[in-house]
Amino acid sequence: METIQEVQEEIVEEFSMFDDWMQRYEYMIELGKSLPLIDAQYKTDDYIIKGCQSKVWVHADLEKDKLVFTADSDAIITKGIIAILIRVFSHQHPDAILEAETEFIDKIGLKEHLSPTRANGLVSMIKQLKMYAIAFKTQLN
Amino acid sequence: MDVQKIRKDFPILAREVNGKPLVYFDNAATSQTPIQVIDVIVDYYKNYNANIHRGVHALSQEATDAYEAARQKIQKHFNAAHPHEIIFTSGTTHSINIVSNGYAHLLKKGDELIVSALEHHSNIVPWQMLCEKTGALLKVIPMNEDGVLLMEEYDKLLSDKTRLVFVNHVSNALGTVNPIESIIEKAHAIGAEVLIDGAQASPHIQADVQALDVDYYVTSAHKLCGPTGIGILYGKESALKRLPPYQGGGEMIAEVTFEKTTYAGLPHKFEAGTPNISGGIAFGAALDYINNIGMNQIAAYEEELLQYGTAALEKIPGLKIYGTAPQKTAVISFNVKGIHPYDIGSILDKLGIAVRTGHHCAQPIMDYYQIPGTVRASFSFYNTFEEIDSMVEALKKAIQMLQ
Repeated sequence: METIQEVQEEIVEEFSMFDDWMQRYEYMIELGKSLPLIDAQYKTDDYIIKGCQSKVWVHADLEKDKLVFTADSDAIITKGIIAILIRVFSHQHPDAILEAETEFIDKIGLKEHLSPTRANGLVSMIKQLKMYAIAFKTQLN
Repeated sequence: MDVQKIRKDFPILAREVNGKPLVYFDNAATSQTPIQVIDVIVDYYKNYNANIHRGVHALSQEATDAYEAARQKIQKHFNAAHPHEIIFTSGTTHSINIVSNGYAHLLKKGDELIVSALEHHSNIVPWQMLCEKTGALLKVIPMNEDGVLLMEEYDKLLSDKTRLVFVNHVSNALGTVNPIESIIEKAHAIGAEVLIDGAQASPHIQADVQALDVDYYVTSAHKLCGPTGIGILYGKESALKRLPPYQGGGEMIAEVTFEKTTYAGLPHKFEAGTPNISGGIAFGAALDYINNIGMNQIAAYEEELLQYGTAALEKIPGLKIYGTAPQKTAVISFNVKGIHPYDIGSILDKLGIAVRTGHHCAQPIMDYYQIPGTVRASFSFYNTFEEIDSMVEALKKAIQMLQ
């Protein structure tokens, strides 16, 4: 299994093939289509990430000692963003998720989504994924 | 009206965003500031920055004179009977809170307040808080599919229990111009007071508070080419006298001893602390700027922009405009079928076009249409037909990417 670092490098490399924002966005939208979708029963307010203009639901399950995320969003760009995050964080140990840095976002030209005031709440999404890691880490111990 | 000449007064309109010329269509959120107003702010800090109403020295006198001259300009613009009926506040929200807090002492359990379905959260939440405090009840004038208030329902809501009606002059989310003349007249007929939120109307419609016979009219300078952090509460002298002060502090007192403090007269009773002096002066300058162009010219030109923009957007397949009242300001709220407004806003931003997306702090309206939000393009007199063309082109590109 690849480490978080390796997945991030892979994504950075994929995005480096594009010269302009439009291609990057189109690719992100494509990635959104391959997002492992959340089971309908979890598409409720309990699983919504606050702080986004669009709705984002995330659910996590433990498979052995690894976390597996599923998600969905009603906005296509947001769906792309959460898909990228899930690709990075899914199938990883909670400790690795908690230790992970996220500056790769900057490198793939999505820095503008990192601002805490940004309505799509990329920051809130990362925080929520890490919260799941904390919660499951306690379970594992 | 020479739009190209006017645009030169707004330095910000010359800038680029994401490598594209800025097209600023978020005027309903905040309008841009002309150099004439910016110069007034700079001049204040360079030449006569001082605290007002206190010092005997020259700077304080000059600052006081300029601030009070601005109050008179505002009084004249809105045709208030007296300058002291104009209270400087930090903006519309602050103005509404002064009235809602004051009303906490004037209401009893079972009294009724009437609000409209078209309100901004800032004209809903303070009244809900007031109802919690006093046991008063909040009634809502419903709207129809066009975003027009149902006046026959309003008639039914009015009763001898109604104390206060508060409605916006223009809806921020849909641009609907509400029939405030009739709303005020009917409320007065049963002895209720009326507060009109003029934040969205002020840049487009010149309200004459005496002709309207309105009890309270509130607005913010940043909606009409002034700076942020300054606005007004207009109140009839008799209404403001009844209302207890909002905040305690300096400026708002007549005499202070530890046994008893007596409050200052109007407008100082509501102006505790050092105010936003440069903001007040700049508000006056912004009104000068706008009146120099002419409110009627502005309204006529914006109506043309609205017609042009509406016709252009309606041609886009799957696009639906929310807010189709016969009387509306230059605001177009819309969605494209199958696409989230947030996605459209993000792509438009990449193409240099600033629009607002989301619920526009008017969630009850979004709930009515059962949508998460809209894309809202709002025009000002410095916008052009060519800019609308750019938006339509950008929108087509966005739809292509997102569908």
